[in-house]
Amino acid sequence: MRIQMTVNGVDRTADDVWEGESLLYVLRERMGLPGSKNACEQGECGSCTVYLDEVPVCSCLVAAGQGRGRDVRTVEGLADGPDLHPVQQAFVEAGAVQCGFCTPGLLVQTHALLATSQRPSDAEIREALAGNLCRCTGYEKILDAVRLAADRMAVPEAGP
Amino acid sequence: MSTPTRTPTGAPRELAGPTTGGVGANAQRPDAALKVTGEFAYGSDLWTDDMLWGVTLRSPRPYARIRSIEIGEALAVPGVHAVLTAEDVPGRNVCGLELSDQPVLAEGVVRYQGEPVALVAADHPEIARQAAKKIRVDYDVWEPVTDPMAALGHPTWNQVHDQPAEVSGLSRESAPIHPDGNLVRHLKIRKGEPAPTADVVVTGEYTVGMQDQAFLGPESGLAMPAEDGGVDLYVSTQWLHVDQKQVCAALGLPLEKVRLTLAGVGGAFGGREDLSMHVHACLLALRTGRPVKMVYDREESFFGHVHRHPAMMRYEHGATREGKLVHVRCEIYFDGGAYASSTPAVVGNGGTMGIGPYVVPNVHVDAYGVYTNNPPCGAMRGFGSVQAAFGYEAQMDKLAAALGMDPVELRCRNAMELGSESPTGQIVDSPAPVAELLRRLEAMPLPPEHGAGTAPDLRDLPGGVGNTTHGEGVVRGVGYAVGYKNVGFSEGYDDYSTARVRLEVIGGAPAVTVHTAAAEVGQGLVTIEQQICRTELGVDEVVVHPKDTGVGSGGSTSASRQTYMTGGAVKAACEQVREQLFGLAQQRLGRTVADLRLEGGKVVSDRQGVLGALADILGDEVIEETVEWRHRPTEPIDPEAGQGFAHVQYAFAAHRAVVDVDVELGLVKVVELACTQDVGKAINPEAVIGQIQGGTGQGLGLAVMEEILVKGGEIRNPSFTDYLIPTILDMPPMRIEVLEYPDPHAPYGLRGVGEPPTISSGPAVVAAIRQATGRALTRVPVRPEYITGT
Repeated sequence: MRIQMTVNGVDRTADDVWEGESLLYVLRERMGLPGSKNACEQGECGSCTVYLDEVPVCSCLVAAGQGRGRDVRTVEGLADGPDLHPVQQAFVEAGAVQCGFCTPGLLVQTHALLATSQRPSDAEIREALAGNLCRCTGYEKILDAVRLAADRMAVPEAGP
Repeated sequence: MSTPTRTPTGAPRELAGPTTGGVGANAQRPDAALKVTGEFAYGSDLWTDDMLWGVTLRSPRPYARIRSIEIGEALAVPGVHAVLTAEDVPGRNVCGLELSDQPVLAEGVVRYQGEPVALVAADHPEIARQAAKKIRVDYDVWEPVTDPMAALGHPTWNQVHDQPAEVSGLSRESAPIHPDGNLVRHLKIRKGEPAPTADVVVTGEYTVGMQDQAFLGPESGLAMPAEDGGVDLYVSTQWLHVDQKQVCAALGLPLEKVRLTLAGVGGAFGGREDLSMHVHACLLALRTGRPVKMVYDREESFFGHVHRHPAMMRYEHGATREGKLVHVRCEIYFDGGAYASSTPAVVGNGGTMGIGPYVVPNVHVDAYGVYTNNPPCGAMRGFGSVQAAFGYEAQMDKLAAALGMDPVELRCRNAMELGSESPTGQIVDSPAPVAELLRRLEAMPLPPEHGAGTAPDLRDLPGGVGNTTHGEGVVRGVGYAVGYKNVGFSEGYDDYSTARVRLEVIGGAPAVTVHTAAAEVGQGLVTIEQQICRTELGVDEVVVHPKDTGVGSGGSTSASRQTYMTGGAVKAACEQVREQLFGLAQQRLGRTVADLRLEGGKVVSDRQGVLGALADILGDEVIEETVEWRHRPTEPIDPEAGQGFAHVQYAFAAHRAVVDVDVELGLVKVVELACTQDVGKAINPEAVIGQIQGGTGQGLGLAVMEEILVKGGEIRNPSFTDYLIPTILDMPPMRIEVLEYPDPHAPYGLRGVGEPPTISSGPAVVAAIRQATGRALTRVPVRPEYITGT
């Protein structure tokens, strides 16, 4: 089947899509956007998190056909221009990236959290990121990164 | 809040200079920006035109004879390009990390559930999966051997666990799983008196379940057939050269025709030391003449790599009334599963370090590694030491209770230190601040109790927003543990790493390229390589060449060894480059200068000041040096008494755990995990903290949640739905103190960092739960029913 959708603001079309393919597979293998990750493909780890019409979803659990005509935003579409988004910059600076496989999903999820909550408490951050597994960091530096990003985004003139 | 602190205790020499991002700095990872934008290419992200997808058909049976395999129907599926079985392996159909005992594709018999039997290459992964289902394999099913003691014909212990161990039948005792029998290795240590007497004796039996590395990036890679009849393999792995050797043997190709390049690695933790899809993808690529990509899904990943060895341990500790250890006896059985993998080394570590970092005059150890038909077990962070620590630290607490002594005090009275003699008769010849690590933990403030009279936040309680308690039935406990681990390869292994360092002028400025084959798996070795080059050569611009087999072996990214070994090799190569450069400088100056050094892109003399810019001195010259670097040799231990200089370096960490336990429901909330660790010299302090935090998390996971459940040789929970790893809700804040007592034998005085935090964190958590509940808790992971006794 043919699927058309808007991905990171660009109209995209994929042909010969098999009905069983996930949105994640189409993004990664048919649209050249492998940033969203295939860690569990069971909706348990959050590595494949993307925005679907402004709602963060596990793209491995969304059938490609469900994306038809909709708006998708992936980790590749977070930054506006060549500079990193403040959330990305904070993950780099806080040392929240080790192997980095969980990172794209965490970035999208953190981006969504900070869009609705300007200064989340630690408990709120933990709750918001509870669906994103990370095996390398023990999460401490991820918390540091989210706090750093929140600080900078709440006071734009202090941010990069 | 995490409050990591560093306690400066004097580095061997002052390394800070005007060059930024050198040794000791918190330099940022060179790959971080690519990783946050989604551009970093992991093995599963690789893609080429005309590429096929490979899948593996695996045995559903843990032990069976293969009567026949029919591939005709699968081969006839439109879109399928190849179906391969053992007959199609052109070289030796055998591989293995330490012993070559594992078929590339099953030949006549399968020895574990998930063993690869056949391969399919097709245009689309789903076509390949559907075709694989059409391969007809006729199995003559045998009863699997699943109990390691029974596999050796040893009498099974009468274990009294909180939960009865599953005991399964043994029908093929007379016919071993492998031709040479079911014993992979037996390590004996006999030190001191054979029958010592002690005032107080405690005994215990302990069991550790099977843990999974659960790296997030699945096994993956891309094999490209080459015009010379060879193959280029891009793969996520831990040791390119050991892979290359095995791939060559299986393909029947010489080394130069099998070239490996490291693809991005999504975590490893030991699980990528053995081959996974390496040979399989190459076989399919060479057969079809097209690039073949293979990517496991999560379920297949649970079958596609080795796990942490489950262990059964029996200890006897004897001490004087004053709390001095007199003797320790222990027996440890490591279930290696169907193939050896790292089992000999696991037995080596578990045996030689099986009584913990304590001084004991009389030691009697028997450690066994055993073949069974369970899933193969091999390397995972801290191997051998992680399992034993659950046993010996439980014993230290039990002994303290029997003596009426504080558990930290008992540990400190017996702590290993510089100059101590290890159970293998090795004199500890670098700092071993075991007692200090524990005393520092003890001195840290405890986290506050839940406020009396106010309703606690549900999210701070066991059960969380599951709303299982509002504080009633919740008891707090505190526990301590310390552990240690060898760094690098031991027991006489020729352990080395290779580094190639190139210095040249690019665009008018000096630039360094560092080329090693040492795998970056997320830990940050690429940053360390840059930092060492910056410090040694005084150049800011350092490019890390892609990791490949175009340079000599870097050895494995395991055993906490890469900063030591590849760091040592990079340092040595830089020193040779520097010597050449100084020669060139003196030639250009037309005189000899004794005290030259490199700083901020300039050649400097202490007495004569700046002698010239590096770029000017170099001109068009390119200086390149390749060095194979070794740590000082170790010795094999003798087979009868287990004595010898087996380990080049020990690394130590200790933890204090604070837990809240809902004793009615058996739910545990870890409130805080504090850690102290000696790292000799922190090359990158923030990366060290990251290793401690992540390693601590994996220890917590094994203590309270992570276990591959195996019944009758079959894995019951191969998914992240059923195999649980800690989430951000499970991980507590960590208070961390890093000590830096330099090891005079190591580059910069550094000590391996990655593994120690995974050793002591779990035992500390279990100790804290014991204190809260009064339960013996002799099996990990601790399940709710062990706590409630139901």
